[in-house]
Amino acid sequence: MQDRSTTVDGVVSRLRDGMTIGIGGWGSRRKPMALVRAILRSELRDLTLVSYGGPDVGLLAAAGKLRKVVYGFVSLDSVPLDPHFRAARQRGELDVAEYDEGMVLAGLRAAAARLPFLPTRAGLGSDVMALNPGLTTVTSPYADGEELVAMPALELDVALVHMNRADRAGNGQYLGPDPYFDDLFCAAAAEAYVSCEQLVSTEELLHTGPLPSLLLDRTHTTGVVETPNGAHFTSCVPDHERDEPFQRQYAASGKSAEAWQEFRERFLSGDESDYQQAVDAFHAGATERQEARVR
Amino acid sequence: MNDVTRAEVCAVACADSWADAGTVLASPIGIVPTVGARLAKLTTAPELLLTDGEAQLLADVPPMGSGADGATVEGWMPYRKVLDMLAGGQRRVMMGATQIDRHGNQNISRIGTWDAPKVQLIGVRGAPGNTINHTTNYWIPQHGPRVFVESVDVVSGVGHDRARRVGARYHDVSVVVTDLAVLDFAGPEATMRLRSVHPGVTVEQVQENTGFPLAIDTVEQTRLPTSEELDLIRSTVDPKDLRSQEVAQ
Repeated sequence: MQDRSTTVDGVVSRLRDGMTIGIGGWGSRRKPMALVRAILRSELRDLTLVSYGGPDVGLLAAAGKLRKVVYGFVSLDSVPLDPHFRAARQRGELDVAEYDEGMVLAGLRAAAARLPFLPTRAGLGSDVMALNPGLTTVTSPYADGEELVAMPALELDVALVHMNRADRAGNGQYLGPDPYFDDLFCAAAAEAYVSCEQLVSTEELLHTGPLPSLLLDRTHTTGVVETPNGAHFTSCVPDHERDEPFQRQYAASGKSAEAWQEFRERFLSGDESDYQQAVDAFHAGATERQEARVR
Repeated sequence: MNDVTRAEVCAVACADSWADAGTVLASPIGIVPTVGARLAKLTTAPELLLTDGEAQLLADVPPMGSGADGATVEGWMPYRKVLDMLAGGQRRVMMGATQIDRHGNQNISRIGTWDAPKVQLIGVRGAPGNTINHTTNYWIPQHGPRVFVESVDVVSGVGHDRARRVGARYHDVSVVVTDLAVLDFAGPEATMRLRSVHPGVTVEQVQENTGFPLAIDTVEQTRLPTSEELDLIRSTVDPKDLRSQEVAQ
């Protein structure tokens, strides 16, 4: 089988300005953050992002990488709103297509099935229709004659997702409770890149989880990268929970230009290994402060 | 039962909104609606499907804040199944609202203009799909004129006027429970009507805190929890009293 393994920079070298990129996960859960951080380090710009949005949206918006965001929501889960997405929107600098989250699913399914659209009830009567002027309805050709929303295919140039395990051929395994929509993001994309906590041999894949945990097969995987703790600070259970103290630090970095600058210098000025070291130092510092208080 | 708290009155009002739900997935957003759904499962709606807030369905009712600890898991409900089943109608939600109008149009998307909103909120999320597909009720923990508005800035959840206009056959927005009152849509042309006020709350107080005229005919007092319900709330459903964080006494 073809070895599809690559590096985070190898993935980013395949991306171009103006591309439409779908990012898997959900809110602040199992986001391919190492790949997002690699995009932050790059010169890429004018990207359109399709996402069940979390800090992937906020970070890329704050760094000025985005022209447009297509989403149903943007949230950090335990922190309801992402401050950087919010600030970019309120400055009026971000183009958006806001859909019902089920409409996003319909759009991904349509793209994955090479259909121009899929009908759905979601959106009817709401302002989603007015906010997306290109969006139109379709009348059932059958006896019911019901009018439905024709959700257009959300065709992606590239999908980026994060798995718990993968092999070098690009078979991907999730071990948490929810697959989210990662297989659909990959199927809706011309190219899909999978980062994972751990690259294992194909024989080892079923040592850690049951057959249905093999969410991605290699038909859709263009490249695969091992990025331990690569979903940080979002959750990637059972490998790790969300890093709540760090997420609070991230949320606080939206308070001012200075706070963002400081966060950026401290955590995002180097490569992925610098980032992981800075995170370790962040926690070590917190522990020392805690111990000092106890003493 | 003089020591019944406002939060407990609200929880029981929320529980009543699930009473006729049957075998459906209960999706309560917020603490008090969650107390309500769990209480309903223990009393009037034993067939409700409850989740741990993630992807597990729970056959019994664990205490609030304990996740699935000690509960029997009876099924798997990841987000994509939720999105499919809500279109199939086997779900009932109680959502929040940043704004809501007299027709039940709800906004959780943004305040201000589209191009440069004054406040960007979470996004329409599942509100358009929920309201067009299955029973959707609302929980407002702080009843005030900034929430109850003449006209919402973005229609996320669909109200009765718009539902009628698009012939929404599965639209069913029934009640709005707040920290002051229970409202429904039995006013003229399916507009918001004050159904009951909580103990210690006046009709005038509710109207003052609502940014549009409410339909008001017979206003009852919201019913108090029975002693069985009170016992279930305090000892089984919410022993840590998380409900008081959402509605102070």
